[in-house]
Amino acid sequence: MGEVKEVSVGDIGSRAAEADPEFKAETMALNVGPSHPSTHGVLRLMMQLDGDLIKECEPVIGYLHRGDEKIAENMTYNQFIPYTDRLDYLAPLSNNVAYAMAVEKLANLEVPDRCQAIRVICCELARISSHLLGVGVYGMDAGSWTVFMYTFTEREKLYTLFEELTGARFTTSYTRIGGVARDIPDGWLGRVDTFCKGVLPILNQVDKMLTRNRIFMDRTVGIGVISKEKALSYGMTGPNLRAAGVDLDLRKDKPYLGYENYDFEVPIGLNGDCYDRYLMRAEEIKQSVGIIRQVIGSFPEGPYYAEDAKKIFAPPKDKILTSMEELIQNFMLVTEGPQMPKGEVYFEAENPKGSLGFYVVSKGGGVPYRMKIRGPSFCNLSILSELLPGHFLTDITVILGSLDFVMGECDR
Amino acid sequence: MAKTKVLERKPLTFSEKTYIPQIASGLAATFVNMFKKSVTLEYPEVRPVIPENYRGVPTLVKDPKGRVKCVSCQLCEFVCPPKAIRIKPSEIVDEESDRAHIEKEPAAFDINMLRCIYCGLCQEVCPEEAIFLQDSFSLSGYTREEMVFGKEKLLKLGGTLPDNHFKWDKKKSAEENTEKDH
Ligand code: SF4
Ligand code: SF4
Repeated sequence: MGEVKEVSVGDIGSRAAEADPEFKAETMALNVGPSHPSTHGVLRLMMQLDGDLIKECEPVIGYLHRGDEKIAENMTYNQFIPYTDRLDYLAPLSNNVAYAMAVEKLANLEVPDRCQAIRVICCELARISSHLLGVGVYGMDAGSWTVFMYTFTEREKLYTLFEELTGARFTTSYTRIGGVARDIPDGWLGRVDTFCKGVLPILNQVDKMLTRNRIFMDRTVGIGVISKEKALSYGMTGPNLRAAGVDLDLRKDKPYLGYENYDFEVPIGLNGDCYDRYLMRAEEIKQSVGIIRQVIGSFPEGPYYAEDAKKIFAPPKDKILTSMEELIQNFMLVTEGPQMPKGEVYFEAENPKGSLGFYVVSKGGGVPYRMKIRGPSFCNLSILSELLPGHFLTDITVILGSLDFVMGECDR
Repeated sequence: MAKTKVLERKPLTFSEKTYIPQIASGLAATFVNMFKKSVTLEYPEVRPVIPENYRGVPTLVKDPKGRVKCVSCQLCEFVCPPKAIRIKPSEIVDEESDRAHIEKEPAAFDINMLRCIYCGLCQEVCPEEAIFLQDSFSLSGYTREEMVFGKEKLLKLGGTLPDNHFKWDKKKSAEENTEKDH
């Protein structure tokens, strides 16, 4: 940012102020948000501006706080699943999976291969949908409406697939502790494959429109640079961290759901600027498409839930309707909740926005004693007060767009 | 360590710096899309296709013999995360019914549609397959009271669904058989 400062009004002001305190230019306080289109939700920024230059910035969060962690203490493990949809509401499926995996880790329960494969597809589709939105909205923030149209058309197709799989487009609530709510519908995998085929040309189209576009590059290259050290010290995760050049991807480093069996690459950036964060998301979509194709190619047969975990997963409906034992089991499960041992676990999964962690404390029984959720957007946003000063007001939209956060998860 | 792919970037060529290729390709994109089929729907004139097992508005269903299937076990009331369901259990009062004084039915069954989040847990736990999330998805009303759907309204919305089990009939005939044996 060095050369920009040279010509800025702010600097002239501060030089004048140095010479004679009488000339000290006053800074202006500017408030952006909490409801402002470029803050993607309810983020509020309080800034001190010197002309167009940001001197100080203080993000104010908490406008979407719903007390999810406390709510979790008051209900059984399965009842909390609809609430996980509302964390990162742009990728609800991967939240569902991360939560279920955390509780399964507590119960020391392995889900069958088929269930794992379904969950991998869910996670990667969620990643694609989240990144499609990320890239599209980012393009729109930088002034390219067309990109938004392209990516949203694709995202719409994805939502149709989610709707078929889970019964809802947005609030999927798909996983259960020990499995998933229902098996995949007939022919669904084929349709996922068709989607994967269709999304790649669209990505090329977006690539043609943005990647070498001078207007886009002027607005993003060298803007919002986050160094490796900064990113790590602020606890950033996900694409934003990898764009800064750190190759941390939990799917590779702490494989879960059998990610070690799939062949994919983790893209990393060199500069950590806004442009890198765009390249990152575009490349990750391609990698996710690759993973989905591999899963479809070797899709395992078998049950979609852990059949022997009788105290955790509800018996099939047919049995509940016809046999006394299963009926009682169903009643116990619903009223008491899935039975967990005493203990504490922490599990984090590589979600589209970064690593989403659940820390569950259990004193036994079907209700968590305490739950802590680590929202990646919260950590990714904490850097704003250091990142924004020194940039122009117009850069805010681009920087916020490139960070791709979601307030539902930040405020929880 | 992780297998990584470094994102390289090349400097812009001279022609790219002139903005011209981008403008041209932008215009080309617009032109091509003018002749493509539109992807949007003229809602509400054109309705989207609702897939099977869609989670729409929760409704109560009757079995093919016209009996209310719900036995007011209140499991759905218990599981509902936002506590949208209120049930008042009662005996079956209709003396004509072969289930009178044996099975139960709800005297009142209210779902507050303003609280319901369409999560589908009620359908999942119901041991009688009495409550189903069906395909209607857009509800509206003028007052809050109007949006609390009572039993009659829920039954009307639900209609009749095929039944593979006929739990009650099986139980009844089994009892009759044992009585005959004695
Ligand atoms: S709808 Fe089903 S779960 Fe709810 S009270 Fe009736 S029988 Fe029980
Ligand atoms: S769908 Fe969910 S929120 Fe609605 S009544 Fe059923 S359990 Fe409650």
